[in-house]
Amino acid sequence: MTLQPPADSILVQSDDFDVASEYQQLCTNNPDDGAVVFFVGRVRDLNDGDQVQQLELQHYPGMTEKALGSIVADARQRWQLGRVRLIHRVGPMNVEDQIVFVGVSSPHRGNAFDAAAFIMDFLKSRAPFWKKERILDGQGQTQSERWVEARDSDQQALQRWQADS
Amino acid sequence: MIQVLVFARLRDQLGEAVINLDMAAPARVHELRAALQQAYPSQADALNPGKALIAINQVLSHDEDAVITDQDEVALFPPMTGG
Repeated sequence: MTLQPPADSILVQSDDFDVASEYQQLCTNNPDDGAVVFFVGRVRDLNDGDQVQQLELQHYPGMTEKALGSIVADARQRWQLGRVRLIHRVGPMNVEDQIVFVGVSSPHRGNAFDAAAFIMDFLKSRAPFWKKERILDGQGQTQSERWVEARDSDQQALQRWQADS
Repeated sequence: MIQVLVFARLRDQLGEAVINLDMAAPARVHELRAALQQAYPSQADALNPGKALIAINQVLSHDEDAVITDQDEVALFPPMTGG
Protein backbone atom coordinates (compact mmCIF):
# COMPACT_ATOMS: atom_id res chain seq x y z
CA MET A 1 0.00 0.00 0.00
CA THR A 2 1.04 3.60 -0.53
CA LEU A 3 1.88 5.60 2.54
CA GLN A 4 -0.13 8.78 2.98
CA PRO A 5 2.06 11.92 2.86
CA PRO A 6 2.25 13.87 6.14
CA ALA A 7 -0.36 16.59 6.64
CA ASP A 8 2.11 19.51 6.63
CA SER A 9 5.28 19.85 4.60
CA ILE A 10 7.31 23.01 5.16
CA LEU A 11 10.61 23.37 3.31
CA VAL A 12 13.21 26.13 3.02
CA GLN A 13 15.62 25.22 0.24
CA SER A 14 17.85 26.63 -2.50
CA ASP A 15 16.67 24.06 -5.07
CA ASP A 16 13.80 24.72 -7.44
CA PHE A 17 10.55 22.78 -6.92
CA ASP A 18 8.22 20.82 -9.17
CA VAL A 19 4.64 22.10 -9.03
CA ALA A 20 3.17 18.92 -10.57
CA SER A 21 4.79 16.78 -7.89
CA GLU A 22 3.58 19.13 -5.13
CA TYR A 23 0.04 18.99 -6.53
CA GLN A 24 0.22 15.21 -6.60
CA GLN A 25 1.33 15.16 -2.95
CA LEU A 26 -1.72 17.26 -2.07
CA CYS A 27 -4.06 14.83 -3.87
CA THR A 28 -2.71 11.28 -3.60
CA ASN A 29 -4.81 9.08 -1.28
CA ASN A 30 -6.80 12.09 -0.21
CA PRO A 31 -10.51 11.40 -0.91
CA ASP A 32 -11.60 13.77 1.89
CA ASP A 33 -10.63 16.97 0.16
CA GLY A 34 -12.63 18.24 -2.82
CA ALA A 35 -10.60 21.44 -3.13
CA VAL A 36 -6.94 22.10 -3.81
CA VAL A 37 -5.64 25.67 -4.12
CA PHE A 38 -2.05 26.53 -4.81
CA PHE A 39 -0.06 29.69 -5.42
CA VAL A 40 3.37 30.10 -7.01
CA GLY A 41 5.40 33.29 -6.52
CA ARG A 42 7.92 34.10 -9.28
CA VAL A 43 10.73 36.62 -9.86
CA ARG A 44 9.43 39.60 -11.88
CA ASP A 45 11.59 41.54 -14.34
CA LEU A 46 10.45 44.96 -13.07
CA ASN A 47 10.38 46.42 -9.55
CA ASP A 48 9.78 50.09 -8.69
CA GLY A 49 10.38 51.01 -12.33
CA ASP A 50 13.79 49.34 -12.58
CA GLN A 51 14.82 46.30 -14.54
CA VAL A 52 15.62 43.39 -12.22
CA GLN A 53 18.49 41.13 -13.25
CA GLN A 54 18.83 38.86 -10.25
CA LEU A 55 17.28 38.36 -6.85
CA GLU A 56 19.01 37.12 -3.71
CA LEU A 57 16.86 35.72 -0.91
CA GLN A 58 18.42 35.77 2.56
CA HIS A 59 16.83 34.26 5.66
CA TYR A 60 17.33 33.55 9.35
CA PRO A 61 17.82 29.77 9.59
CA GLY A 62 15.92 28.37 12.54
CA MET A 63 13.52 31.25 12.96
CA THR A 64 12.33 30.86 9.36
CA GLU A 65 11.10 27.30 9.91
CA LYS A 66 9.58 28.28 13.25
CA ALA A 67 7.74 31.30 11.80
CA LEU A 68 6.40 29.31 8.82
CA GLY A 69 5.22 26.51 11.14
CA SER A 70 3.41 29.03 13.28
CA ILE A 71 1.69 30.66 10.26
CA VAL A 72 0.48 27.25 9.04
CA ALA A 73 -0.72 26.38 12.56
CA ASP A 74 -2.68 29.68 12.68
CA ALA A 75 -4.28 28.84 9.32
CA ARG A 76 -5.30 25.41 10.65
CA GLN A 77 -6.98 27.10 13.62
CA ARG A 78 -9.09 29.27 11.34
CA TRP A 79 -10.08 26.87 8.57
CA GLN A 80 -10.78 23.20 8.09
CA LEU A 81 -7.75 22.08 6.10
CA GLY A 82 -6.48 18.74 4.88
CA ARG A 83 -2.90 19.05 3.70
CA VAL A 84 -0.63 22.06 3.62
CA ARG A 85 2.56 22.20 1.56
CA LEU A 86 4.86 25.20 1.68
CA ILE A 87 8.22 25.71 -0.04
CA HIS A 88 10.26 28.91 0.12
CA ARG A 89 13.50 29.14 -1.81
CA VAL A 90 16.59 31.03 -0.63
CA GLY A 91 19.80 32.11 -2.37
CA PRO A 92 20.30 33.63 -5.83
CA MET A 93 17.44 33.53 -8.36
CA ASN A 94 16.90 34.78 -11.87
CA VAL A 95 13.93 36.48 -13.53
CA GLU A 96 11.06 33.98 -14.07
CA ASP A 97 12.39 31.59 -11.41
CA GLN A 98 9.90 30.22 -8.90
CA ILE A 99 10.38 31.60 -5.37
CA VAL A 100 7.55 30.24 -3.27
CA PHE A 101 4.88 27.53 -3.34
CA VAL A 102 1.85 27.45 -1.06
CA GLY A 103 -0.65 24.60 -1.54
CA VAL A 104 -3.60 23.63 0.63
CA SER A 105 -6.33 21.03 0.38
CA SER A 106 -9.71 21.17 2.06
CA PRO A 107 -13.13 19.53 1.74
CA HIS A 108 -14.50 22.81 0.27
CA ARG A 109 -13.03 25.57 -1.85
CA GLY A 110 -13.79 28.57 0.41
CA ASN A 111 -11.45 27.33 3.11
CA ALA A 112 -8.75 26.41 0.62
CA PHE A 113 -8.79 29.82 -1.14
CA ASP A 114 -8.78 31.77 2.13
CA ALA A 115 -6.09 29.67 3.82
CA ALA A 116 -3.72 29.92 0.83
CA ALA A 117 -4.13 33.73 0.72
CA PHE A 118 -3.71 33.98 4.51
CA ILE A 119 -0.49 31.93 4.49
CA MET A 120 0.96 34.02 1.64
CA ASP A 121 0.01 37.33 3.30
CA PHE A 122 1.66 36.38 6.58
CA LEU A 123 4.66 34.77 4.95
CA LYS A 124 5.53 38.05 3.21
CA SER A 125 5.97 40.09 6.38
CA ARG A 126 6.10 37.66 9.32
CA ALA A 127 8.70 35.13 8.18
CA PRO A 128 12.36 36.26 8.25
CA PHE A 129 13.15 36.47 4.54
CA TRP A 130 14.77 39.46 2.85
CA LYS A 131 15.13 40.19 -0.85
CA LYS A 132 18.13 41.90 -2.38
CA GLU A 133 17.89 42.69 -6.08
CA ARG A 134 20.47 43.48 -8.71
CA ILE A 135 18.99 46.05 -11.07
CA LEU A 136 19.84 47.94 -14.22
CA ASP A 137 18.90 51.50 -13.36
CA GLY A 138 18.09 54.59 -15.36
CA GLN A 139 18.75 53.99 -19.03
CA GLY A 140 19.82 50.41 -18.41
CA GLN A 141 23.48 51.35 -18.30
CA THR A 142 24.63 50.76 -14.74
CA GLN A 143 24.16 47.79 -12.46
CA SER A 144 23.52 48.20 -8.77
CA GLU A 145 22.27 46.19 -5.81
CA ARG A 146 19.60 47.23 -3.36
CA TRP A 147 17.56 45.69 -0.55
CA VAL A 148 13.86 45.51 -1.36
CA GLU A 149 11.79 47.79 0.91
CA ALA A 150 8.86 46.39 2.87
CA ARG A 151 5.60 47.72 1.44
CA ASP A 152 2.72 49.31 3.33
CA SER A 153 0.37 47.23 1.17
CA ASP A 154 1.84 44.07 2.73
CA GLN A 155 0.97 45.36 6.21
CA GLN A 156 -2.53 46.29 5.01
CA ALA A 157 -2.95 42.75 3.69
CA LEU A 158 -2.45 41.47 7.25
CA GLN A 159 -5.02 43.89 8.68
CA ARG A 160 -7.67 42.31 6.46
CA TRP A 161 -7.27 39.03 8.37
CA GLN A 162 -7.12 40.72 11.75
CA ALA A 163 -10.37 42.57 11.07
CA ASP A 164 -12.05 39.25 10.16
CA SER A 165 -11.30 37.49 13.41
CA MET B 1 27.20 40.61 27.58
CA ILE B 2 24.44 40.17 25.03
CA GLN B 3 25.12 38.62 21.63
CA VAL B 4 23.03 39.90 18.72
CA LEU B 5 22.68 38.20 15.31
CA VAL B 6 22.27 40.72 12.48
CA PHE B 7 20.57 40.10 9.12
CA ALA B 8 20.02 41.65 5.69
CA ARG B 9 20.31 45.42 5.20
CA LEU B 10 21.26 46.00 8.84
CA ARG B 11 24.12 43.52 8.50
CA ASP B 12 25.48 45.67 5.64
CA GLN B 13 24.85 48.93 7.53
CA LEU B 14 26.48 47.81 10.78
CA GLY B 15 29.17 45.79 9.04
CA GLU B 16 28.71 42.81 11.39
CA ALA B 17 26.84 39.50 11.29
CA VAL B 18 27.24 39.03 15.06
CA ILE B 19 27.58 41.82 17.62
CA ASN B 20 28.79 41.21 21.17
CA LEU B 21 27.30 44.06 23.18
CA ASP B 22 29.05 44.86 26.42
CA MET B 23 25.95 45.54 28.52
CA ALA B 24 24.41 44.13 31.67
CA ALA B 25 21.85 41.34 31.29
CA PRO B 26 18.96 41.02 31.84
CA ALA B 27 18.02 44.11 29.86
CA ARG B 28 14.87 45.33 28.16
CA VAL B 29 14.48 45.60 24.38
CA HIS B 30 14.56 49.43 24.45
CA GLU B 31 17.79 49.31 26.48
CA LEU B 32 19.37 46.99 23.94
CA ARG B 33 18.25 49.35 21.18
CA ALA B 34 19.79 52.34 22.97
CA ALA B 35 23.07 50.44 23.49
CA LEU B 36 23.17 49.58 19.77
CA GLN B 37 22.50 53.21 18.84
CA GLN B 38 25.33 54.28 21.11
CA ALA B 39 27.69 51.71 19.58
CA TYR B 40 26.66 52.68 16.00
CA PRO B 41 25.75 56.40 16.18
CA SER B 42 25.85 56.87 12.40
CA GLN B 43 23.14 54.18 12.05
CA ALA B 44 20.96 55.41 14.93
CA ASP B 45 17.96 56.14 12.69
CA ALA B 46 18.09 52.70 11.04
CA LEU B 47 17.98 51.18 14.53
CA ASN B 48 14.73 52.91 15.56
CA PRO B 49 11.57 50.88 16.28
CA GLY B 50 9.78 49.98 13.05
CA LYS B 51 13.02 50.09 11.06
CA ALA B 52 14.95 47.54 13.11
CA LEU B 53 12.93 44.58 14.41
CA ILE B 54 14.13 42.43 17.29
CA ALA B 55 13.50 38.71 17.75
CA ILE B 56 14.04 36.92 21.06
CA ASN B 57 14.59 33.16 20.79
CA GLN B 58 13.46 33.26 17.15
CA VAL B 59 10.13 34.96 17.95
CA LEU B 60 9.47 38.54 16.83
CA SER B 61 9.16 40.88 19.81
CA HIS B 62 6.34 43.43 19.71
CA ASP B 63 7.17 44.81 23.15
CA GLU B 64 9.97 47.34 23.77
CA ASP B 65 9.79 46.37 27.47
CA ALA B 66 10.37 42.66 26.86
CA VAL B 67 13.25 41.26 28.92
CA ILE B 68 16.38 39.76 27.35
CA THR B 69 18.71 37.53 29.37
CA ASP B 70 22.25 36.48 28.43
CA GLN B 71 20.84 32.99 27.65
CA ASP B 72 18.49 34.28 24.96
CA GLU B 73 19.13 34.18 21.23
CA VAL B 74 18.67 37.79 20.10
CA ALA B 75 18.41 38.90 16.48
CA LEU B 76 18.18 42.27 14.77
CA PHE B 77 16.82 42.78 11.25
CA PRO B 78 14.81 45.12 9.00
CA PRO B 79 11.12 44.52 8.13
CA MET B 80 10.76 41.23 6.26
CA THR B 81 10.26 41.00 2.50
CA GLY B 82 9.60 37.35 1.68
CA GLY B 83 7.23 35.69 -0.78
